[in-house]
Amino acid sequence: MEMETEYCFRHKHILGLEDLSCDDISFILQTAESFREISSRPIKKVPILRGKTIINLFFEPSTRTRLSFEIAAKRMSADTFNISASTSSAKKGESLIDTALNLQAMSPDAIIIRHSYSGSPHLLAKHINASIINAGDGFHEHPSQGLLDMMTVKQRKGTLQGLKIAIIGDIAHSRVAHSNIIGFSKMGAHVYVSGPATLLPPGIEQLGAKVCRTVEEAVTDADVVMALRIQKERQLDPLIPSWREYASFFGISSRLLEKSKPDAIIMHPGPMNRGVELDPALADGPRSVILDQVTNGVAVRMALLYLILGGDR
Amino acid sequence: MKGSSVILFQNCRIIDPANNIDTAGDMILSEGRITAVGKAGSLKLQSSEGIIFDLDGKWLVPGLIDMHVHLREPGEEYKETVASGTRSAAAGGFTAVACMPNTSPVNDSEAITALILRKAEQAKMSRVYPVGAVSKNSRGTELAEYGEMKQAGVVALSDDGRPVANSQLMRRALEYSSSHDLLLISHSEEMSLSENGAINEGALSTRLGLRGIPHVAEEIMVYRDIALADYLRLPIHIAHISTKETVDLIRRAKRNGSKVTTETTPHYFSLTEEAVGRYDTRAKMNPPLRTSEDVEAIREGLRDGTIDAIATDHAPHSNMEKDLEFELAANGIIGLETSVPLAIALVRDNLLTATQMIELMSVRPARILRVPGGSLSEGSIADVTVIDPDRKFIYTRDSIVSKSTNSPFIDWELQGKAVLTVVGGEIVFNELG
Ligand SMILES: [Zn+2]
Repeated sequence: MEMETEYCFRHKHILGLEDLSCDDISFILQTAESFREISSRPIKKVPILRGKTIINLFFEPSTRTRLSFEIAAKRMSADTFNISASTSSAKKGESLIDTALNLQAMSPDAIIIRHSYSGSPHLLAKHINASIINAGDGFHEHPSQGLLDMMTVKQRKGTLQGLKIAIIGDIAHSRVAHSNIIGFSKMGAHVYVSGPATLLPPGIEQLGAKVCRTVEEAVTDADVVMALRIQKERQLDPLIPSWREYASFFGISSRLLEKSKPDAIIMHPGPMNRGVELDPALADGPRSVILDQVTNGVAVRMALLYLILGGDR
Repeated sequence: MKGSSVILFQNCRIIDPANNIDTAGDMILSEGRITAVGKAGSLKLQSSEGIIFDLDGKWLVPGLIDMHVHLREPGEEYKETVASGTRSAAAGGFTAVACMPNTSPVNDSEAITALILRKAEQAKMSRVYPVGAVSKNSRGTELAEYGEMKQAGVVALSDDGRPVANSQLMRRALEYSSSHDLLLISHSEEMSLSENGAINEGALSTRLGLRGIPHVAEEIMVYRDIALADYLRLPIHIAHISTKETVDLIRRAKRNGSKVTTETTPHYFSLTEEAVGRYDTRAKMNPPLRTSEDVEAIREGLRDGTIDAIATDHAPHSNMEKDLEFELAANGIIGLETSVPLAIALVRDNLLTATQMIELMSVRPARILRVPGGSLSEGSIADVTVIDPDRKFIYTRDSIVSKSTNSPFIDWELQGKAVLTVVGGEIVFNELG
């Protein structure tokens, strides 16, 4: 008799999509789909993670991602604690490792960390027993965002295989772009990136993206057009002359979108600088899946917490 | 340092590039000098008093000189002191080190220079040659007092740790240092390109989401420094070079008659940027580790003589500065105890001859800094190192003599080791038995 090797999710931490296989990603998305239903129930709570302690450790202000993780944890009956620390106060006294060791005393099962320095979740994972979920580290990765974006596209398109994904804007300083490039290309989609050359980092091709000189080239025949937030606060160098100039030469307009496939969808990881990255009419129009992204965010985060903490692991 | 003991080395492989010697032989040290060099089996001790070492073919070389270290004293004694740093140097086979002035306070005065030399004298390990600051407090605005520092004992000038960003100040520093006959050592870095960078800029910095330091940040400044030195017809020494284009620039400059010399470090010829792995801060330094293409070019530069010296840029840091988010962690690694084995690996790879290695680690550093040593001629100071090129060992954290342990080479199996270090006729390190 032939034995089928059964797939098993074996990760203790979610530090980045770079660590996940194609099978892992499919399994997470499948699990997330099954959790989506819970959010539509009148009583949106299941006892899967009862007794588990989850800490949201946010060194950067974020309402959306933090709230999304918190809702996900609460819907599965976990106990959650929010700790917001500003990176500057951490710089003065306690090091990240000190903070981690103090949290360790509370015996958390998982720590969800957002930090402005790339690699902070990895540092935490080295020094603490809890599972670590990266909720965005520097310019590195934002794996749950990448997963929810893939989930959203898969719902609309049925598959990720062979799709043309255009990601436009600040690729250099976007952890969302990094996770999406890695994730979508692992799943067999073709990722094209474009934007002003000051915002295209060297060697981005090695993550799986093709670089287009013009935005038009990138969006031509695209199934998905994703506009990235211009992160003004991150920019230490002169990268763009003005938002106005950016909007007219690199923003996504309806004229530009005519080049993409007729059923192309529009995404934005938010929060949006209205009228800069994306024509407001498009953001609120029928092709926009921006609200689906928010709903799927909770489902994906439930799936991640469940796979890491739940079951009989 | 005047040695009182008499030492006879027998059955040595004497490698003395200054005299074009690589041969089996014997040697006697006495009264702090090399008093006799002869054929194998030809030398005997006059009296019964003295120590005899049968080296069994091990290398006997002029004492190694590291022209770029950070001893951290005064100010950061928790990382290293003159005593612990020179003990580490002795354990690595170095009979002398030149220490950079970026202490706290900066060594920009005769008082600090004198303090370092006093500590070195008390430590009785390797010799210490202080390097004075180019500018007051290394702030890059006013010239430091070169004359006074030279009287106190500095052998060269540098604002190492940072570049002399202002070209006019660099020009004046070159001119004024020539009046005091002091060499200027440049940490060549165009800060506006490298600022906030954590690793080499390229696919890896993109993948790790770290701000990059482009290799041109080094090359632009190396070019400026050579251009200024050429214009003034003065010498300049470029510290810790790390890129292919820098090697090319210096090769071209030397061909055109520039009085430029340069050094690289063992990490730039042994490691690529991939050593950073998953944010390993032990592989964080400035300049950063580069690509395999750069490593190849550095090796070629060592082979063809473009690069004059191997220095370690020994930069001790405690866990407090290293167990941090990558971008917050301090730059630098210790290197004194791993330099010999990493350089010998190049000899084993047939890239360098043993003679070339000793030129890079003793002869040329002595000439560039114009300090004693670098030669095994009769009458020279008795600074010698015995190297066992075959000795294998694992470089463990516990074995480290330096006060700090920030090394990417921990747990590496290394081959080739200094086993005896003699400074001024006195044994300061002995693993020979
Ligand atoms: Zn330096």
